[in-house]
Amino acid sequence: MSAFNFIMAAAAAAAETKEHGAEKGSGVFPPLDSSTFSSQLFWLAVTFGLLLFLLSKVFLPRLGGILEHRSNQIADDLDSAARMQREAEHAEKSYEQALSDARAKAHNVAETTRASINAEIEAEMQKADEEATRQMDVAEGKIKALRAKALSNVDDIAADTAKTLVESLFSGKIAAATATKAVKAQG
Amino acid sequence: MADPLDPIKQFEIHRMGSELKIGNFDVSFTNSAFMMVVAVALISAFMFFGTSKKALVPGRFQSIAEISYEFIADMIRSTAGKDGLKFFPFIFALFMFILFANMLGLIPFFFTTTSHIIVTFALAMMVMTTVLVVGFWKNRLKFLKLFWPSGVPVLLKVLLVTPLEIISFLSRPLSHSVRLWANMLAGHIMLKLFAGFAIMMFAGLAGAAKVGAIAPFAMTVILTPLEILVAFLQAYVFTILTCVYISDALHPGH
Repeated sequence: MSAFNFIMAAAAAAAETKEHGAEKGSGVFPPLDSSTFSSQLFWLAVTFGLLLFLLSKVFLPRLGGILEHRSNQIADDLDSAARMQREAEHAEKSYEQALSDARAKAHNVAETTRASINAEIEAEMQKADEEATRQMDVAEGKIKALRAKALSNVDDIAADTAKTLVESLFSGKIAAATATKAVKAQG
Repeated sequence: MADPLDPIKQFEIHRMGSELKIGNFDVSFTNSAFMMVVAVALISAFMFFGTSKKALVPGRFQSIAEISYEFIADMIRSTAGKDGLKFFPFIFALFMFILFANMLGLIPFFFTTTSHIIVTFALAMMVMTTVLVVGFWKNRLKFLKLFWPSGVPVLLKVLLVTPLEIISFLSRPLSHSVRLWANMLAGHIMLKLFAGFAIMMFAGLAGAAKVGAIAPFAMTVILTPLEILVAFLQAYVFTILTCVYISDALHPGH
């Protein structure tokens, strides 16, 4: 309540002051006081003119130059980045080419080696087979000879046996030739 | 006690130093002139430190300078087109000058240059002169097409559109200057009034009632950022309207 009263009093005081100020000052609202216009216009022209001169001749060209330099730099950098990427792609391609070449070559080498080894193995096997066959033949011949020999011995042994048997049974003597003849007649 | 609290007193102009005269005209250096000099000095310092290093990766000052450069350049490009960029230094200077004058005025005890109608009117007349000179120099009499828009029936044009266009064109310097001036004036009067109330209530009331001074003080605190916004906004509005008017001068056919 008292605050409200005070605000009213303050407003009244402010209004009074304004009137009071009007009495002792030039009597016009300062922003409309035409006696100050010439000075303000003059100094506005001087300061704004100076500002315009400084900005248009010095600062803005400098700032524009900085911005342009940066955008050029960025464009250059992007260009060289694109170039490097192309180069990298190229390098990758040739690397892959080389890799597949090497792989094919290695494959070839492996194939040839395997083929030659196979051929060698086959030749060795064949040689071994032949050797074995030959030895078998030799052995077979030996066995045949032995067998024939053994068979001819059997007749002798039979004749001997027969002679000895007859002589012991009949306690006499017979000629070997007779025994052999008898055995052969039986056989 | 009431005298320093007078909300109008802040707009008074005092002479600093001795009286200067050119012919019959008083051109004495005043507090208003001093604030203009301060504004120009600060803008120059800002632009100087913003461009002194020429760094590829900008520092703080350079960043702000670049942002303001791009801000104004984009504004011109979007409203007046690429050929409006010829006026870039002028528009940039206008924006910076008004912005710094408005902002400096918000510092207590500092004078607000743009709170005087003659200053804003002079700036608006600079814009209008530029528009008229460029408009007639570039388009000759075709500049008058501004008042004779195509695609409107002739009768309607003669009776309504052209008179209105002419009136609106002629009132531009006034509206352009009064908008800025009135905003600055009203804002500063309001701030001063509430601040003055706070002081008066605190000094005049007894005991616990002094707490009541918080209300006008809070208003001052709330109004200050608003006035900072207005200071920026009015500089922006003045500048973008300048771009629009210059666009008219460059392309009068709409």
